[in-house]
Amino acid sequence: MSGSNIIIPRRRFLTGAALGGSGLLLSGCDALTEDARFRSVLRTGEALNKGAHRLIMDRGALAPEFNESDMSPTFKANGSISGGTPEYAAHVADKFARWSLRIDGMVKNPQNFDLKTLMGMPSREQITRHDCVEGWSAIGKWRGTPLRLLLQAAGLSTRARFIVFHCADQWGPGMPYYESVDLIDAFHPQTILAWSMNDGILPVKHGAPLRLRVERQLGYKQAKYVMRVEATDDLSKFYGGKGGYWEDAHDYDWYAGI
Amino acid sequence: MEQAELKPGDVVKRHRLSTRLWHWTNALTLLVMLMSGLMIFNAHARLYWGDYGANDDKAWLVIDDAGDNGFVELAGVRVETTGVLGIWTNPEGEVKRRAFPYWVTIPSGYDLQAARRWHFTFAWILAVALTLYMLRSLWNGHVRNDLHIRKSEWSLGHIWHDIKDHARLRFPTGAAAKDYNILQKFAYISVIFIMLPLIIMTGLTMSPAMNAAWPWLLDLFGGRQSARSIHFLCAFGLVGFFFVHMAMVVLAGPVNEVRSMITGKYRLPGKAELAPEPVHVEGDPA
Repeated sequence: MSGSNIIIPRRRFLTGAALGGSGLLLSGCDALTEDARFRSVLRTGEALNKGAHRLIMDRGALAPEFNESDMSPTFKANGSISGGTPEYAAHVADKFARWSLRIDGMVKNPQNFDLKTLMGMPSREQITRHDCVEGWSAIGKWRGTPLRLLLQAAGLSTRARFIVFHCADQWGPGMPYYESVDLIDAFHPQTILAWSMNDGILPVKHGAPLRLRVERQLGYKQAKYVMRVEATDDLSKFYGGKGGYWEDAHDYDWYAGI
Repeated sequence: MEQAELKPGDVVKRHRLSTRLWHWTNALTLLVMLMSGLMIFNAHARLYWGDYGANDDKAWLVIDDAGDNGFVELAGVRVETTGVLGIWTNPEGEVKRRAFPYWVTIPSGYDLQAARRWHFTFAWILAVALTLYMLRSLWNGHVRNDLHIRKSEWSLGHIWHDIKDHARLRFPTGAAAKDYNILQKFAYISVIFIMLPLIIMTGLTMSPAMNAAWPWLLDLFGGRQSARSIHFLCAFGLVGFFFVHMAMVVLAGPVNEVRSMITGKYRLPGKAELAPEPVHVEGDPA
């Protein structure tokens, strides 16, 4: 394009170049997204974000808490909303009377806590914001047993590094929901196993009888229908090895603080 | 800088190396941020004000589909956008019910997690490059000498005069073209010191961990969903800037302008090049 020409060819050239460029860019980006090496480059973002958050944030820094007047009129129920399996349905039918939470793995005294025992323990109430990875938020009131009390009661081993939450809902054959957190989040004062929501018993669609609240992370970490809490030193032993259902099945970030 | 008889046709050094590096880094980074951001937006194509907001809550912007029609609903007013927004056909001929079409998103097929990876990795490039550029520009006088709006420019008469000149496509020539005019200063200052910092800060505000670390972010923007809305508005502010920027580059002589952002050298335009006439760049291999 020597420029002595009229403007039209140039404009056409620019439009063409822009369209061609964007097409090239799109297919290029799609190819890069599929490329394993590039994916691992992109994954450095996750490590950087977690590192940066841990650097600037006090370990015990609290997620914002709200007033009753700030609560969502309706709290959206997302993901599994029924728990699924026949065993779980039987627990629902007898109001979780024969249900108990198992705590085991790297603990000195593996043990079970039934719902009545959990509800009789010291509890924490918090009105917090739930942020879905999709972008929406809902504010609700939760009451539950601080996870650290249960881990202390069971005598957490000094070798344990992660706490894994096994859930009742199945997302495919041999694919139960599960999630995990590190010990910083496990011992955080706002990390509770909630049995109450918005002043009532935790409803089935929100994860009855017990739902994890780990308030500095996104919604997919807030495991519903928690049946068993297992302490471990290595997440690669579980299912797909990435520490959670969404992490295994859809490559979501294990650290969901962003 | 050498004074006196700068005249049309003279070649001057216009853009510093830091400006050129940052410009092209940004061009790529912002494009990736926008396109991966639109994919993330596709996961929940509704915007709210305040702390919370989900499907049952009142949204000020919705992109959705109803039956065979796609639409955008802004403050309750519906505009049909079938084929482009809300409902569109992908290259394989499949009808997709998502807000933004494949040709503006990264990746082109729906993939929230991949888009998040792109977005949060390039966010580091955006934030670090902006910080370095701001510091460099304070240090090397770019802010003081080029962007700083002088007292004499702060008059409605002067600004109005400049608006009229732009509207008539009457651009400065000769030595006057060497400096940014008031509208350029407004545009560049708003991008560097307002929109980019705002889009980064509102991005941080959407992170639940950042809310625990820096709770004042929520107070500053009026809640997480407000921050998300402002983030989106800033993104479209930047898209608006991009289109005006492109129009100005084309009108002012694209070869000369693009060359100045690559090599730093700029040929001062003369009377003959006022209109959308193409520039003649003799000896230019392009």
